[in-house]
Amino acid sequence: MQKAIYQSVFNNKVLFTFILLILLLAPLFLSDFRLNLLGKFLAFAILAIGLDLLWGYTGVLSLGHGIFFGLGAYCMAMYLKLEATGGKLPDFMTWSGMQELPLIWLPFQYPIVAIILGILLPAAIAFLLGYLTFRNRINGVYFTILSQALVLVVVTLFIGQQNITGGTSGVTNFETFFGFHVNSSSTQTVIYLITVVVLASVFLGCRKLVKGRLGNVLVGVRDGENRMRFLGYNPSNYKTFVYTLSGGLAGLAGMLFVLQVGIISPTMIGIIPSIEMVLWVALGGRGTLIGPVIGAVFVNAAKTGFSESYPEYWTYFLGALFVIVVVFLPKGLMGLVEMIQERRRKVDVKQSGIKESNIKESSSVEVEKNYS
Amino acid sequence: MLKSKKITVDFSGFKAINELDFEVNRNTVHFVIGPNGAGKTTLLDVICGNARVSTGKITFNDKHDLTKMSENEIVDQGISRKFQAPSVFHHLTVYENLEIAMKQKKNLFSIIKANNNQEDERKLEDMLELIGLTEEKDNLAGSLAHGQKQWLEIAMVLMQEPDLVLLDEPIAGMSKSERKKTGELITKVAKERAVLIVEHDMDFVKDYADVVTVMHEGQLLFEGSMEDVQKDSRVREVYLGRKVD
Repeated sequence: MQKAIYQSVFNNKVLFTFILLILLLAPLFLSDFRLNLLGKFLAFAILAIGLDLLWGYTGVLSLGHGIFFGLGAYCMAMYLKLEATGGKLPDFMTWSGMQELPLIWLPFQYPIVAIILGILLPAAIAFLLGYLTFRNRINGVYFTILSQALVLVVVTLFIGQQNITGGTSGVTNFETFFGFHVNSSSTQTVIYLITVVVLASVFLGCRKLVKGRLGNVLVGVRDGENRMRFLGYNPSNYKTFVYTLSGGLAGLAGMLFVLQVGIISPTMIGIIPSIEMVLWVALGGRGTLIGPVIGAVFVNAAKTGFSESYPEYWTYFLGALFVIVVVFLPKGLMGLVEMIQERRRKVDVKQSGIKESNIKESSSVEVEKNYS
Repeated sequence: MLKSKKITVDFSGFKAINELDFEVNRNTVHFVIGPNGAGKTTLLDVICGNARVSTGKITFNDKHDLTKMSENEIVDQGISRKFQAPSVFHHLTVYENLEIAMKQKKNLFSIIKANNNQEDERKLEDMLELIGLTEEKDNLAGSLAHGQKQWLEIAMVLMQEPDLVLLDEPIAGMSKSERKKTGELITKVAKERAVLIVEHDMDFVKDYADVVTVMHEGQLLFEGSMEDVQKDSRVREVYLGRKVD
């Protein structure tokens, strides 16, 4: 019953089309600056969907998604940088005494290769890590710790290899994307629109996945991994698949992020951003797909809003927001909506109270009858 | 159908099962009884892959050695188990619970593409009818009563169309009428396959058993019909020497 109501309102095609339309029309009524921010939030939302598949549906908490996001972002940044220098050595490499382009930068001269690698590379690393850990039944908190350690390793590596990665200052100073000026407002509008379309397709694609039997199997893996084994499933395959998928989505988000923000550096992919990503999902509502999208936009909008209006206190506001949600809304913002609906349903039931109890009685009698 | 040869299960020094030879035949309701700690549940664990033997072999249909297979491979061979505590998926509906349990290819790509054909739908509806949960099919399994959960789980085991069904105390916590119906369901189910049940309730065993195996300290103490078991002096000794459950 609860599920039926839930589905009818939130997965409403009308609502979806309406939101999509508003997002597509946003360039008409938002300033360039605001549009750019919104585009960045929507890129984060793509990552949040992948993270929700992993955490909300499959029950695997990763505190290391910043890495996959970062890999995608760096792939795109390397291409943009090479296009800006016209294939010559980027500035930071000259400063650290490099003579020629390192081998791993070479494929990124070609935009299509860069885009493909931006998704495949994080997905491949997620696959490898997932395959090795899940197959050996490293689960729960141990996996989470491992994913956190991965962030530390990768970030340290990126900072250490300054001549290749640009070190702490990252990769920036881009000029063109497919020949268009990245900083011009028309290019930014197009990139924004691409982000909206990508987000909508990712959302619909993932929704189709979880509405099918796969979604139920994933919930089964989340709630009773061992039980699933005795139903004939191999949970580690499913977890590896979802981890790989969410890694790829994070890479995709990273690429769109770089295009709109114009810089990527290790601090943007480190431990703190990785934890923040999980908070978007938690705040929006796990296992709902739409919740994390709302969460990602909401948290980042709040962050921007607070820091603009109260530059000195905004971190406290943000902290308070998290505490309030965790304490009062364990199911996130979507839980709030669910609660309101539940209440409305209860009122309905009260009005037809007698009817309901009749139904209940007769159905329990039915059970007995059917059995004999 | 199922044969174990001298299996031993060693839990760091404690032999839960000690060189047990054991056999289950087709079309029988086979009960395993015995005092606490006799190794009954461990026996089920070993068959379905939840625990590993240190020595010995378990063959199924005379060919496959189960002791070397993973849990889901054993299920593929046609062995399904119901655990002691009802463990249905609370956040899925009754129908969805049955759907994921249903016999089907359970690898990733088949599941992504999975769609019910008419045959599947009929099977699911029939099963709902059999366990009397047709009305509840779209409710979350978490909202079911205890007895209903037990039935749903038995149904999930049956949906896999196994050749051998393992049940661990299926009637625990059930009312008298529920017990009777469970017993009838078991009898019905055993017509096409073997059912191996661990149970403490002696009245239930008496009513529905074809064969009873009595285990004691990890070994087989006696095997036969319930009447023979009740007459046997060694069994009495074991049960009277310790407290009867």
